[in-house]
Amino acid sequence: MSKIIEGLKYSESHEWVKVEDGLAVIGVTDFAQAEMGDITYVDMPDVDDEVTAGEEFGALESVKAASDLFAPVSGKVVAVNEALDDTPELVNEDAFENWIIKVEMSDPSELDALMDAAAYKASIGE
Amino acid sequence: MSENLNPAELQKTCLYDRHVALQAKMSPFAGFMMPIQYDSITVEHNAVRQKVGMFDVSHMGEVFVEGPEAEKFVNWIFTNEIRGFEPGKVLYGMMCYPDGGVVDDLLVYREFAPDHFLLVVNAANIDKDFAWIEEHAKGFDCTVRNESPVWGQIAVQGPESEKVLADVLGLPEAANLGFYTFYDTEYKGKRMIVSRTGYTGEDGFELYTSIDGTVELWDRLIAAGVQPCGLGCRDTLRFEAGLPLYGDELSAEISPVMAGLGMFCKFDKDFIGKEALLAQKGGEIARKLVGIEIEDKAIPRAGYPVELEDGTEVGIVTTGYHSISLDKSICFALVDKAYAALDTPLSIRIRKKVFPGKVVKKRFYQTNYKK
Repeated sequence: MSKIIEGLKYSESHEWVKVEDGLAVIGVTDFAQAEMGDITYVDMPDVDDEVTAGEEFGALESVKAASDLFAPVSGKVVAVNEALDDTPELVNEDAFENWIIKVEMSDPSELDALMDAAAYKASIGE
Repeated sequence: MSENLNPAELQKTCLYDRHVALQAKMSPFAGFMMPIQYDSITVEHNAVRQKVGMFDVSHMGEVFVEGPEAEKFVNWIFTNEIRGFEPGKVLYGMMCYPDGGVVDDLLVYREFAPDHFLLVVNAANIDKDFAWIEEHAKGFDCTVRNESPVWGQIAVQGPESEKVLADVLGLPEAANLGFYTFYDTEYKGKRMIVSRTGYTGEDGFELYTSIDGTVELWDRLIAAGVQPCGLGCRDTLRFEAGLPLYGDELSAEISPVMAGLGMFCKFDKDFIGKEALLAQKGGEIARKLVGIEIEDKAIPRAGYPVELEDGTEVGIVTTGYHSISLDKSICFALVDKAYAALDTPLSIRIRKKVFPGKVVKKRFYQTNYKK
């Protein structure tokens, strides 16, 4: 049973979004990290890059496979979690605590298209 | 490699129920439903490098060749030289097509009975190989038998494998084997072949015996606490040790000469594919397999392009990992031969970014074989 946090928004591709100080804080779900296994590398965009909802913005790599990360919302990247450069396994340790990027949203209404915790829970069959 | 994903058509090895009971992550491979990992790939990989681990390799194929002209026949289809090679020895090499492409890479065991050979082939290629072997055996005075379904096989690999064979399985005599040799014994009333071979770069053994015997061996090893290891770490281990995987580094399109395995082809004898391979050796070759190390933790995966500094594409990655034992991002890649020399700067395009690197030796990890 994977951890799901109430009050966050979730994408079908297993990213979560938390709105904090007007910014979209984005990470991957506990379900996603468990499916990936040991994460060995997080490929992140650069600050000031533009990301587009539904489009790939980076990737998680485990020993065996790369898994693309998709932006749940559009906007400009204002921060990347540099701790993941040296310690990508933090995502395995706590996928909700260890966010990946923060985005200044260009269209906050895109949040409405995402799932709430209950809908996400149902979507992963838990 | 394309996989048949229809579960109804997938074969199971004799240890399938054991894998399920151990809650292994299972996946189709080479037509079989196989364990990818039981624990994490890293844990299993490190068990083999540092202590001992075991693999179900019952999916591998066993083809027996016997008869007065068995040696002559095997030497005709096999790239390596088996004349003068003694009973109890194992030899690695390939079967090639006339154009030098590879039918399969395999081990040839010269059995203790005169004129008897065992050919151990890749699971994905059993049917294709056996058809090839049968077809070419016509005209030679020998018989060929595919016994793959009745043999199980367990690989015990790692520095403690000699101790495990002695203490857990009561096979202390296995310690007398040199690398790439074997002996015959019996287990549960059936033949067992104990061979000092493997696919990990570590010392280790492969035990071939009956289905029942294999299941019992597995249970004894599990009871003794030997780490079960899946195909996930089998690939990371063999890759670090510079060993090719058929389908990735050898194929109908990738010859032994292209793969840098020309030393397993003996040109002072005749064999299928010799002329084409000789011509390749003489320079008629477009691409060569190299090792590339990049200066980043990003991971070069199969299919990613290899580029020059100006962006020209000169090759493709065949296997790549962030090496568990070396903590480096490395890969095998097929590149235009002009760029195959050691230290040649080559970059890998990984998604949107380009990572600089250079050509390095393919044996990334210092192997620890028993002499």
